[in-house]
Amino acid sequence: MEFELNEEEQMVQQMARDFAQREVAPVARELDREARWPKELIARMGELGLMGVAVPDELGGAGMTNVCYALAMEEISAACASTGVIMSVNNSLVCDPLLKFGSDEQKATYLKPLAAGEKLGCFGLTEPSSGSDASNMLTVATKDGDEWVINGSKNWITNGPHADVMIVFTCTDRSQGARGTTAFIVETGTPGYRSEAPDEKMGIHAAHSSTIFFEDCRIPDSQRLGEVGQGFKIAMATLDGGRIGIASQALGIARAALEKAIDYSKERKAFGKPIAKLQAIQFKIADMAMELDAARLLVWRAASMKDRALTEKGLRHSEESAMAKLFASETATRVAHQAMQIFGGYGYSQEYDLERHYRDARITEIYEGTSEIMRIVIAANALKG
Amino acid sequence: MDLSLAPAQEATRSAARAFADHELAPRAAEFERDERVPQAIYQKLAECGFMAMNAPEELGGSASGVVAYALSMMEIARGCAATAVTMAVTNMVGEVIARFGDDAQRRRFCPLLAGGRHGAFALSEVDAGSDPGGMRTRAVRDGDDWILDGTKQWISHGDSSAVLVVWARTGGEGPKGLSCFLVPEGTPGLEIDKHEDKMGLRASHTCALAFSDMRLPGDALLGEVGGGFPIAMMALDGGRIGIASQALGIGQAAHDAALAYLKAHPERAAEQDAQFLLADMRAQLDTGRLLVLRAALLKERHQPFSREASMAKLHATEGAFRVTQMALSLVGAEAESAAMPLERHMRDVRVTRIYEGTSEVQRIVIARHTLGA
Repeated sequence: MEFELNEEEQMVQQMARDFAQREVAPVARELDREARWPKELIARMGELGLMGVAVPDELGGAGMTNVCYALAMEEISAACASTGVIMSVNNSLVCDPLLKFGSDEQKATYLKPLAAGEKLGCFGLTEPSSGSDASNMLTVATKDGDEWVINGSKNWITNGPHADVMIVFTCTDRSQGARGTTAFIVETGTPGYRSEAPDEKMGIHAAHSSTIFFEDCRIPDSQRLGEVGQGFKIAMATLDGGRIGIASQALGIARAALEKAIDYSKERKAFGKPIAKLQAIQFKIADMAMELDAARLLVWRAASMKDRALTEKGLRHSEESAMAKLFASETATRVAHQAMQIFGGYGYSQEYDLERHYRDARITEIYEGTSEIMRIVIAANALKG
Repeated sequence: MDLSLAPAQEATRSAARAFADHELAPRAAEFERDERVPQAIYQKLAECGFMAMNAPEELGGSASGVVAYALSMMEIARGCAATAVTMAVTNMVGEVIARFGDDAQRRRFCPLLAGGRHGAFALSEVDAGSDPGGMRTRAVRDGDDWILDGTKQWISHGDSSAVLVVWARTGGEGPKGLSCFLVPEGTPGLEIDKHEDKMGLRASHTCALAFSDMRLPGDALLGEVGGGFPIAMMALDGGRIGIASQALGIGQAAHDAALAYLKAHPERAAEQDAQFLLADMRAQLDTGRLLVLRAALLKERHQPFSREASMAKLHATEGAFRVTQMALSLVGAEAESAAMPLERHMRDVRVTRIYEGTSEVQRIVIARHTLGA
């Protein structure tokens, strides 16, 4: 048993922290205010190996572990949660399924540039009328000779307006339910693929998401990811990993809020002393610090199990990933809420970062599986065992 | 980072689990009714090496490491929380004597504790609980001897211990005026009240102790004159890992009972409210366990662990309390029947938020570390 970070893990954490604090944090407020897509930061993350952290070197990635990925995600998200989720989607939701389910040719064509940060990916699962109930999708793919024709729409697609490649999930056999779904790799320049303008959201303003329409979008069978009918399984396996990314994003948001609340509580005076001397503030900070540590341990456990699963056949981490995401995301909203209490009116003001962290935290309880879906996953694992 | 257990840790946990399943869980209700855990249970625990897990082997201990100790505590508490508290305190007494005692003290007491006799900590007083600096029990020099006077409160198994670790004021006000003494059983001048009637842990005796003109030889002093406070803090920091583990064991037992109930009642298990309670219980327990093991590993490596132990105790005990409540909600009316262990778990778990530092004291410790004040 080892809770300490090893040399490689420390190095990645430090590198990501340096980059995040020097290059990301100074512009985060502005990116949020202007809902500006952080193109330059994404390019820098590509150079630093942050767009394909756990993808092997020979496939364009940084060749590191999922623990390293979680550490880097926390650092980037502590500076800017929008930049964090852009990174998370590319790593967890695009590179990871390509690595696991892609053919050699697909890996060479798509994974390499995506992992290297030369191209950007997005993940098309959610639809206007199917979110948590993902297998009930309306987007269809119909076989036509050696091609597939995709029709339908996907929404809330993070990176959607800017991505080069989408992993899209479609219904290929309605009678088969979840077993009738199939995944495809679609280049976003393909005729029939169209993105709407970015969504207007409460938080993560700089991470653009959009609705995507498929109108007779025609792709070759060579762009099918995995087997026909395997789509839902690919989606679920991918989300088991994605939840580690979002949980890490939540850790970053919570940490940023807590650190700022600690600093503020030492400076701000009330009743003749810094509010850090008041028990009401101390107890809040104690709970926030404890929950953050607790959440981080759950995230690290899930990430290290994902690493072990590469060599230990049959090792699953669905429940551990769900716990990590459930606990970390709820921690982020609680910590951001309490940090705003500590800041008082200044927390509500856009002059400070607190209100951004508060708004950014909220989505972590919703996307890549709501807190309610996490509880269903955990309970299902317990009851079947 | 690697959060998997070493084979030796797995093996110790398995042994504790088997002990809890065979020797404790089936009899815990009987122990509670009788208001005592038979001494034979502690003999058997001692034979398995569970009573002095952090004392060196040459003193009879099993030197298993703090992680293995925490894992064992969780299992033993899952079987019987009252047995677990005696195991926890006795282990800490053995550890404190092994660490701060001189050779004679170590050789005299550690093997006794390793062999199944109890050891007790006498720190709390009627007016000094969370703030041990405020204690009034005094020890005054008389030649080479010490004369001990005062009363101690809430002393777990104070009536069955081979040795009491007693804190007393030997100097002025404040922490630097405190010293620590080892009082062997049978020392004249000790009056032990009948054990308290408590809400839970009813098989564990909690006693008030009155020391009047108790004469102790000079070699009863543990550590230095005025060195009592750091010993208390060390015992409490370590003790918090034990109590956090105890709480998780009780919470696990409550979870296991609720899960078994759901598996036997599929119509209840199909309800989303039941599933959500179950999910929250599991996340609470896993989180608490990771915090406890982190603190345990730091302690095992002699690294600072006070902040981590307080986080572990706060989260594990508050979490285990909630888990037990959720288990009661899941099972419903049947859970309140004495035929189900859940009502006992509910009563047993409550004290974990109080003793060895209340949740409020843990928050003070964590805040001090976090705010650097």
